[in-house]
Amino acid sequence: MSLLSIDELTFAYPGRGTVLAGISASVNEPAVIAIAGPNGAGKSTLLDLLAGQKRPQSGTCKINGADIHSMRREELCRLAAHVPQSLPGDVPFTVEEVILTGRIPYGRGLYENEDDHAAMELAIKRARLDAFRGRLFSKLSGGEKQRVLVAAALCQQAPILLLDEPSAHLDPENEAQLWELFRSLRDCGHLILVVTHHLALAAQNADRVWLLDQGRLAADGPPSEAMRPPELERVFHVPFHWHQSAEGRVFLTYGR
Amino acid sequence: MAVDLHRRARLVLAVSVLAAAIAAAVCPFLGGSGMDYGKLWRHESPDWNIFVNLRMPRTLLALLTGAALSGAGTLFQALLRDALATPSSLGVSAAASLGAVTAIAFYSGAESAFPVVWAAALFGAAAVMGLVVALGHLRRFSSFTLLLTGIAVNGICTSLVLLLHSLAGITKSFQITHWLIGGVDAIEYSVLGLLGLIVLPVFIWLLRLSRVLNVISYGETWAAGRGVDFRKVTWQGFAAGTLLVGTTTAVTGPIAFVGLLVPHLLRRIVGADHRVLMPASIFGGGAFLVICDTISRSAFAPLEVPVGVTTALLGGPFFVWLLWSR
Repeated sequence: MSLLSIDELTFAYPGRGTVLAGISASVNEPAVIAIAGPNGAGKSTLLDLLAGQKRPQSGTCKINGADIHSMRREELCRLAAHVPQSLPGDVPFTVEEVILTGRIPYGRGLYENEDDHAAMELAIKRARLDAFRGRLFSKLSGGEKQRVLVAAALCQQAPILLLDEPSAHLDPENEAQLWELFRSLRDCGHLILVVTHHLALAAQNADRVWLLDQGRLAADGPPSEAMRPPELERVFHVPFHWHQSAEGRVFLTYGR
Repeated sequence: MAVDLHRRARLVLAVSVLAAAIAAAVCPFLGGSGMDYGKLWRHESPDWNIFVNLRMPRTLLALLTGAALSGAGTLFQALLRDALATPSSLGVSAAASLGAVTAIAFYSGAESAFPVVWAAALFGAAAVMGLVVALGHLRRFSSFTLLLTGIAVNGICTSLVLLLHSLAGITKSFQITHWLIGGVDAIEYSVLGLLGLIVLPVFIWLLRLSRVLNVISYGETWAAGRGVDFRKVTWQGFAAGTLLVGTTTAVTGPIAFVGLLVPHLLRRIVGADHRVLMPASIFGGGAFLVICDTISRSAFAPLEVPVGVTTALLGGPFFVWLLWSR
């Protein structure tokens, strides 16, 4: 049974063209999967569908063989934690309070219990947010906010993480640490799907790449296969330069 | 941290319950034309009768109405994620007024035809709230657009109220004016009991919902990603807020600024966590309106100022300050 399976997933916004046109893929083991593609290719929409935020026109998404759209919302959230690109900037809560929202799927009691706080502590430690825990979310920088959102997803303790451009506002050091965190989570048994425009980092760090183009899966495989210049040039319309190290890691640059 | 929050929530709850209890216990003895406390102690007329049949029900009505308006304000601000969302700014109060005024104008009974005016006010409030929620969900309007829609609805309802007022005869016109001024008058205990039966379960529901309201204030995408059915909670929340505003407005007439002033003032003091803020708003709102009513009875005694005037004179400057400090 696949950990995650997507079968002929199709989605269109009312009055607009098709955003996803029959995407199919299957994941059988923990991995870091980078979802790449040009703007409007359908990356965030695919993530929203996998998170149950949208319903497809046709096709199915299954986690451990169960259709996510027939699950109760809390049940799905215990299996897959979704992090959108951003939150409203004026959220009036502290870092700890934002992270603890990840425990809502585990119970609607008025107060969080000891398990909830243990999960929060672990998430804070993993996301290296100890220095920020008491600060107001609205007072953080863009990069710090994104780390807090990732920590909230970790606090949700779901085996699948769905992250929409989590490193968009991060500096190189924090970006490298975030991908390192993804790899360590994979080693702990998590499946991580990351929408990203940072192709070079995806090539170096992801186990697998889903390259989307105009709502279709143009390539699906390890970076050494899915991120070869011909595929990338066909999708992004700029020249790519590709180098693979002796250890098999892929280095990418692009531009004329 | 859980202990801190728990302790803070209990402390704030205790303080706000105490404030409401003290206001309700002390204010009936104050103001107006003064009381002979000796006669009151001996249960002698007229002071005992004034206290039991006028002051106490009036105080309890102010307590329930203030709690309802303030609780609804806190609720609407969480659901729309906008600090300016209140029963008034969303047009709910004006729609309830239109419903009530329509009933007064066309129903052959008097202004005190309680169930008819009540039902009409509730229907008016529900119709506008349904419109606001439908616009929000069907067209995905932003909370800012919904607030502007509320302001427009407010204007339309107010104009229709004026039209009905103009066309009504002298007697009806007087009744409409009296109702529109908005005030906390003495009512029968049976009506008070009925009002309590409706609003108290809604208060309990709101208090139980407060952790979910925290997540709702992060926006639909985040709430849905934490397992919260945003649309369902929004529908339920608007229905609850409408019930609170519609039922109390039907009895008191429109009273402005309670749903704006009290939640904002308390948010600055106790923070934005609804597990602390909601009980503080409910009990604090009740205490606030009881005190405003006492001021209204006392400031120009033996004349009486409508409580809506007092709340507006306190709330108006606060509203302006809020706009400037946003």
